[in-house]
Amino acid sequence: MGKNDLIGGSLWDHYSNKVADRMNNPRNLGEISEDEAKAMGARLIVADWGAESCGDAVRLYWAVDEKTEKIVKGSFKSFGCGTAIASSDMMVELCLGKTVEEAMKITNLDVEKALRDNPDEPAVPPQKMHCSVMAYDVIKQAVAIYKGTDKEALDDQEMVCECAQVTLSTIKEVIRINDLKTVEAITEYTKAGAFCKSCIKPGGHEEKKYYLVDILKETRAEIELEREKEEAEKFENKSFFQKSKMIQAFFDAEIRPMLQSDGGDIDIVDIIDKGDDLELQVRYQGACHGCASSTAGTLYFIEGKVHESLSDKIAVSIV
Amino acid sequence: MNKIYLDNNATTKVDPRVMDKMAPFFVEKYGNPNSLHGFGTETHPAMAEALNSLYAGINASDDSDILVTSCGTESNNTVLKGIFIDYILKGEKKHLITSQIEHPAIRNTCEFLESIGAEVTYLPVNDDGIVTPEILKKHLRRGETALVSIMWANNETGLINPVKDLALAAHEYGALFHTDAVQALGKIKVDVQDTDVDFLTFSGHKFHGPKGVGGLYIKEGLKLTPFFHGGEQMGRKRAGTVNVPLMVGMGYALDLAVKALDYENKEIRRLRDKLEDAIMSIKDTIVIGKRELRTPNTILVSFKGIEGEAFLWDLNWNGIAASTGSACSSEDLEADATFQAMHVDADLSHTGVRFSLSRFTTEEEIDRAIEVIKKTVERLRSISSTYR
Repeated sequence: MGKNDLIGGSLWDHYSNKVADRMNNPRNLGEISEDEAKAMGARLIVADWGAESCGDAVRLYWAVDEKTEKIVKGSFKSFGCGTAIASSDMMVELCLGKTVEEAMKITNLDVEKALRDNPDEPAVPPQKMHCSVMAYDVIKQAVAIYKGTDKEALDDQEMVCECAQVTLSTIKEVIRINDLKTVEAITEYTKAGAFCKSCIKPGGHEEKKYYLVDILKETRAEIELEREKEEAEKFENKSFFQKSKMIQAFFDAEIRPMLQSDGGDIDIVDIIDKGDDLELQVRYQGACHGCASSTAGTLYFIEGKVHESLSDKIAVSIV
Repeated sequence: MNKIYLDNNATTKVDPRVMDKMAPFFVEKYGNPNSLHGFGTETHPAMAEALNSLYAGINASDDSDILVTSCGTESNNTVLKGIFIDYILKGEKKHLITSQIEHPAIRNTCEFLESIGAEVTYLPVNDDGIVTPEILKKHLRRGETALVSIMWANNETGLINPVKDLALAAHEYGALFHTDAVQALGKIKVDVQDTDVDFLTFSGHKFHGPKGVGGLYIKEGLKLTPFFHGGEQMGRKRAGTVNVPLMVGMGYALDLAVKALDYENKEIRRLRDKLEDAIMSIKDTIVIGKRELRTPNTILVSFKGIEGEAFLWDLNWNGIAASTGSACSSEDLEADATFQAMHVDADLSHTGVRFSLSRFTTEEEIDRAIEVIKKTVERLRSISSTYR
């Protein structure tokens, strides 16, 4: 917030000339008939998509060459605002000549970039980015129809920020990897929440399933819980009784089988609490008993393992 | 290309005569009206004249108060928050009633008061888009309802509520009655003695006065905790140095507006009806609200298959200003609140376009608007995926 937010938007002043031009004179407007598609040796795909939040709707027509799977002709019709019309028009253009698979990779961000007058200036103001998302969704719907599947099957990930196409798993991962603590930082790393801002917190343009504030809060809580758990798991933070049990269990699982494989063995005689340190008194059995290296090499090996796996504050002595 | 302004419910142009009347108080007679010296006192006659116009404009008794505020929103906040402090905070009464079609200045303030302890009922409207006394009576609670606040005329539809009967109903149940008359004053007759309201809000820029000035009528004998505390201005009921030029401008603007009421109800109504008839001659259009129940200057129309903002875009390219309460042009994507309250078909709720005229609207402008509207409908329906 600040100076730039104090005067309400003259929304249309922030549209690029390309957006205005395509709103006034859409190039790819219209329908494609079955006969027309057939004459081109192509299959006709008609996909409808609507955005519940703002009531916009778009219909996409594709003539797809059956052999090459290329989109040889495209057109659209739209019930929507200027941004919705202009972005649908540009979206159709970006699809032309591409295969269905290639077209599926076109996002609303590509459409918005193609509508820019210069590369550094957004084509539409931030709150209008969501109007371009519908153009992206209808492509997926068209692909789903072409492939005879559901659009949901193509939406493999939960989308949090549709404007920037950022998924739930990406946001969680970025928070964890970079130890992010603020929503601003998430936006900086991923661009989620940078456009229409609906996904930041409830009360924006549209109601969302996930909000960045909640994802951040939950992920931070998860991280904290894991840290606490990790901390609690540490040998140092256990009671003397638990430490003793851990040592016994460690010997049974790791140390004794190794010695037993050479015909030897070891018993824990006592564990003595010395404040911060522990003294672990052991006695060799079998082949280890009387073995030349048992008081030097074997002992160092055992102590090394104990330090590595449990704590370096345990001194091992032979009794 | 001459621009045509058909968005007079948003704001109006300042009448040049009002401008002339205000001018001396910016540069020549700039004294602080609270000063004892001549610079201050020489503003008093014009302020008194402005007050006379405001009192006469709504037929207020001399024993009532009309506070000059900074806008309609301040007036609305003063009433709602004043009542909250005077009744709800003291635990005497806890309930407020308003409607689902109020301006955000009321709706959002009520929501805020709810968050700090008030209980608020948002009344629905009937099929005509009107808040009826019957609906109100069902929700009034004797001894609990402190205030009823219902707008006089709706900003989007122009529909006029039966304020006289609503005030009567509120009083029957021992509640005070406030009306936001921002869209009514200057368009229809507003008489606070005939229509027994306790508080009434108005705003200067809606009737060809300047922006940044409004008024709040408080019926004689009623006390209301001030919104602004500070110096001794406005009889200690609203602190802050009085903006003399704007007060003078609003007073004179109301004077002129009241004198033009006949013109408003004949000529502006005629032009509005002409525009409305032309719009209705286009197929698949719906005008919201019966004509006889609306202010004479307003039409809210739905063009089937055309999204409201797209419509405004085309009008704007043709130099015509109108307005939409729907989705995309505002910060909020929700369908128009008034449409929702009126249970207008969901398919139509994003198609609303509002035309509002003023006494500066000409016949030529209406003729050109009709021409442009017809072309726009044709073009956008050819693009539309939902229009069949």
